[in-house]
Amino acid sequence: MNIEPNHPKLFCGVDVGASATKLVLVDQSGEVRSRTVRPSGVDYALTARTCLERALDKAGTDGASIERTVATGYGRDNVGYADDTLTEIHSHGLGCYHLISQAMTIVDIGGQDNKVIRIGDDGRRLDFTLNRKCAAGTGAFLEEIALRLGIDLDELEGLARASPDAVRLSSFCTVFAKTEILAHLRRGVPVSEIVRGAFQSVVSRVVEMSPLAGCVVMSGGVVAHNPVIATILSEHLGTPVEVAPHPQFTAALGAALAASRSSLSR
Amino acid sequence: MGARPDAIKKITATGAMRELMAAHFAELDEASHGDTEKVAWCTSVGPAELLRSFGFHVYFPENHGAMLGASRMAADLIPAANALGYSPDICSYLTSDIGSYVRKTTPLTRAFDVAGPPRPDILVYNTNQCRDVQDWFSFYQREFDVPLIGISTPCSVGEVTRGIIDGIVGQLEAMVPVLEGVSGVGFDVDRLREVTASSYRCSTLWKAVLEAARHRPSPFTFFDGTIHMGPAVVLRGDERAEQYYELLLAELEQRIDHGVGAVEDEAHRLYWEGMPVWGALRDHAEQFASLRTCVVASTYCNSWVFEALGEEDPFTGMALAYTELFIVRSEEYKERYITSMCRDFDIDAIVYHDAKTCPNNSNNRYGMPARLGARLGIPHVVVNGDLNDLRLYSEEQTRTQFEALIEQLAEHRS
Repeated sequence: MNIEPNHPKLFCGVDVGASATKLVLVDQSGEVRSRTVRPSGVDYALTARTCLERALDKAGTDGASIERTVATGYGRDNVGYADDTLTEIHSHGLGCYHLISQAMTIVDIGGQDNKVIRIGDDGRRLDFTLNRKCAAGTGAFLEEIALRLGIDLDELEGLARASPDAVRLSSFCTVFAKTEILAHLRRGVPVSEIVRGAFQSVVSRVVEMSPLAGCVVMSGGVVAHNPVIATILSEHLGTPVEVAPHPQFTAALGAALAASRSSLSR
Repeated sequence: MGARPDAIKKITATGAMRELMAAHFAELDEASHGDTEKVAWCTSVGPAELLRSFGFHVYFPENHGAMLGASRMAADLIPAANALGYSPDICSYLTSDIGSYVRKTTPLTRAFDVAGPPRPDILVYNTNQCRDVQDWFSFYQREFDVPLIGISTPCSVGEVTRGIIDGIVGQLEAMVPVLEGVSGVGFDVDRLREVTASSYRCSTLWKAVLEAARHRPSPFTFFDGTIHMGPAVVLRGDERAEQYYELLLAELEQRIDHGVGAVEDEAHRLYWEGMPVWGALRDHAEQFASLRTCVVASTYCNSWVFEALGEEDPFTGMALAYTELFIVRSEEYKERYITSMCRDFDIDAIVYHDAKTCPNNSNNRYGMPARLGARLGIPHVVVNGDLNDLRLYSEEQTRTQFEALIEQLAEHRS
């Protein structure tokens, strides 16, 4: 791609997730110049293109500025304009380490899966764990619960924060958890207690994936929209839990940084 | 990370293997339709040598189970067994095989032009693999009204003691009169010695094939192994299996001599612990090839190496061989075994397959990955899946896990 004079040189990271597509543009110094997010929908390629157009608009430039693109996330292979791909596991690590430069345990709660990623002092990944393939404990679980309770996703955070108490949802299975909710509703338990219980259930699924030690950092769309979950995780662990700045964009940021580094290393 | 084109290299000997397997199934088919030849069904590490010494044609339902998985027929057939009361949580070889029987459809027809599995004259199991095989064969005992006999092997065996072996020998000896009755052939210890000697030679050659993968680049992958182990599974004790492995070994030695790897530009070497995901075998082989990664060793393929069959006393040799088997051993033994394999094959990382319906062959469930990770200093992934039931397997999640593992290995090398 030719770089015209007066065009800033930008690097693009696009994270096509199960629920949302996130795109970040960074400049040569690693500064974020633009962020965009859209529901992934059913046409990942189109969504990725739309995200890029909007991000370029926000940055006040056009496609000629893009030096290199790295795609990540489940739909990474659908991004026609990407030069390379990375897993979202790798991208979250790169993004979080860029933001919080120390050894850490990243807890990423996404729309369809959860990841626990341990990063060493030097930023390199030590290990990772994905949730078992059931959606229990993921964003999809919260969506199901909201649907069952007849409330908008946007209301979950406020309801959970308002409730000092929480019901215990002990089932591993989303379908069974919904049955448990029916029982609580029959008993007249307030919706806010059920919602807080749903967040606690998500946290329970996360802490059983891997020991969470050291600096625990949360990323992903669920914590971006529901920061209460970081509070609940912190209470559960008895230690502070950090939330990455712009947590929904950490994988896209990591991919953009990878694009920048691979371009420099050429 | 840029993906390379898929690069699975064909093994020339495969044609000979297919001919051999076709001949085996044709013989089984003929035997089951005639009046003179007898057919025994046997579990994969059951007393096949003893059965062959009586002239039985030996059929292995587990091999059929693997074919049902590899052909992706299993997911359609398992529900038929579930409907009969066989839980979706038990062995999916069992449920897919019984489903195949109920629905009267089998991959054998397309692969080997036979109508189906041969009718058994006797069913013989060994619980060294798992307890499910007993119930699996019990189903067919009721269907065919033929004798069902078996060996009960202790589980979680640490040291293989004299007492354990004497117990297995006693059970093997107790089978003799039953086998004489069904076959109409008197027991001949010299014939048994010949068969066990042949089985031993087959094992030795199969082991040499597997050990060829110690070379860098490896001429052979785990995925090749799952296909080429066919004769070692269904024809051990038959000299044609030995001849096949001589042919295959020569081809692999030629690859080694010419520096030809099974995976182009081999950069990473993995160990596969647990069962294959039969219905995803090709996907996995292609993905790892594209990641310049060779899965060079596995517990699964090595489970058909029976060096104890070389014992002078054939009953003791069989008892030892069937009881030294990895799957029936203690956690401590398994850890020592995998540790040794990882060192011998210069392994960079381990893939544990947690097969939902095969707890006996899923060794990640009692903390082993963390313990071995600490001991060996290498990373691992645990893939949740199943040997046959693809409803229990997430293709996307698994692809991402494999790719992330290789990213991690590459990052630590950079």
